[in-house]
Amino acid sequence: MSILVFIEQRDGRVRAVSREALGEATRLAAALGGPVVGVCPAATDPGLAALGEAGAERVLLAAHPAFAAYDAAGYARAVAVAAETLKPALVLFGASTMGRDLAPRVAARLGAGLASDCIALAVEGGRLVASRPVFAGKALQKVAFPKAPALATLRPKVFAPVALGGRSAAVEPLAVDFDAAASRAKVLRVAAAGAGKVDLTEAEVIVSGGRGMKGPEHFQLLEDLAAALGASVGASRAVVDAGWRPHSEQVGQTGKTVSPKLYVAVGISGAIQHLTGMTSSRCIVAINKDAEAPIFKVADYGIVGDLFEILPALTEAVGKLNAHA
Amino acid sequence: MIQVVCVKQVPDTETRVKVAADGRNLDPAGVTWVLNPYDEYAVEQALRVRDQQGGGEVVAVSVGGPGVLSALRNVLALGADRAIHLRTDLAAPDPLSLARALAAELRGLGAGLVWFGKQAVDDDQAQVGPMTAELLDLPCATMAAAFTLEGEKVIVEREIEGGREVVELTLPAVVTAEKGLNEPRYASLKGIMAAKKKTIEEKPAELGEPGLEVVALVLPPPRAAGRIVGQGPQAVAELVRVLREDAKVL
Repeated sequence: MSILVFIEQRDGRVRAVSREALGEATRLAAALGGPVVGVCPAATDPGLAALGEAGAERVLLAAHPAFAAYDAAGYARAVAVAAETLKPALVLFGASTMGRDLAPRVAARLGAGLASDCIALAVEGGRLVASRPVFAGKALQKVAFPKAPALATLRPKVFAPVALGGRSAAVEPLAVDFDAAASRAKVLRVAAAGAGKVDLTEAEVIVSGGRGMKGPEHFQLLEDLAAALGASVGASRAVVDAGWRPHSEQVGQTGKTVSPKLYVAVGISGAIQHLTGMTSSRCIVAINKDAEAPIFKVADYGIVGDLFEILPALTEAVGKLNAHA
Repeated sequence: MIQVVCVKQVPDTETRVKVAADGRNLDPAGVTWVLNPYDEYAVEQALRVRDQQGGGEVVAVSVGGPGVLSALRNVLALGADRAIHLRTDLAAPDPLSLARALAAELRGLGAGLVWFGKQAVDDDQAQVGPMTAELLDLPCATMAAAFTLEGEKVIVEREIEGGREVVELTLPAVVTAEKGLNEPRYASLKGIMAAKKKTIEEKPAELGEPGLEVVALVLPPPRAAGRIVGQGPQAVAELVRVLREDAKVL
């Protein structure tokens, strides 16, 4: 039995989630057996041979001019064809916006079960069990798969990639019968959110603001700290609902679930729907004037006080650190 | 045009999750059930399309036990024309089974647009919309943050990592709604009264074999309590020190 990994590329670059999925596939290959094989729909080869170092033994390249942009139907067909040929025990995707769109379509084509946004995979009593947060992280659901293949999308930044120095993957063509002209869904364009802006789900460091920021005009203080830390800016639901910040920045149950290395919550009291979106962060810092705020119950480190005094001081201190680095 | 909105009844987002005696499901005791928040955006957009077109029909569909009737009544009160209840006694069918049951029903409905919320806030799978689209061989755009209908085409904007993807679909099509797609309306008293006279047709759900088996539902271990490093801006130096030396994140 093999493990098949969907290799996600945008603009000719393989995404980090795919290296994370290859890493987990490599670890599971010992228990499930079989080679780790990638499948990559793309217009041209985005340097797939180099994925040998990330754990792929082979990568099937489904090359088609229409695959320069994401095409759900075409990509689903390519991954399903690869799965039908290889008959893998497991098919992995990154739980990126593309993976979360694509995997259900592949699962429906294969008539297979899919576990979304997994944070752990394990072989227990001879069968694969996937652990995934439900109720926005208030509980963890463990699921098994009655029939092969098992499909899973993996939450970004949870699974570690591997580095197998000097290994190269064999790149093989995969023929996919796909008529782009007949396609009823077309990506017209992708508008970038702004140069150098890292999405919250991919950010190493996040600085989030809540109602304690007192108004949209004060978010410049957070932007300054974010710039010093190389962080992305997040927001609480209250702030998004008030129209201070866009929904793309919302962290929590009806926003994004994030797992950065460092999460700084500023002026956020810590409503349960916010906490569920960020408690898988490695280190949490809270800055709040109310020492009783629930955010301090999940924070590793806290400062109680006026954020309008603390933020500039923190930005300056981090700036000095950078200057000495 | 006929539009179908597929909705789910979920525990309110403020619910404290407790595990049932079977160790695999949510303990329903004391849970307040609501229409899935993302479904509200889907319902709203379908109603707006109907208004824009000056007619047509909005049909609400839900799979589940008798509990889903209140979610369907809710959608009827918001303005949907009729509802279909695909009945099952299973507490929580898996996404593939749900998609099969919905696809079987949708085959006969002749819908031009099929709407879903981008995910249900209970199991957070975000699968049923795109699975249903695939089973029906329909184009699909998930996580729609903006929507326009132009003749036989729809233009959908989706938030992706670091930007927005603009997708054009040819009808019939499936769209799943993200928060922010619109500002959902509240049910009016008149709407609630009118909903009582609208029909909810009941049929058995054709679920088929499940794709997943739930083995366990567990509560995550609580995070260890942290510490307050100090008060006010004087504490910043100590914070930076612990972040560098102890947590090693700076």
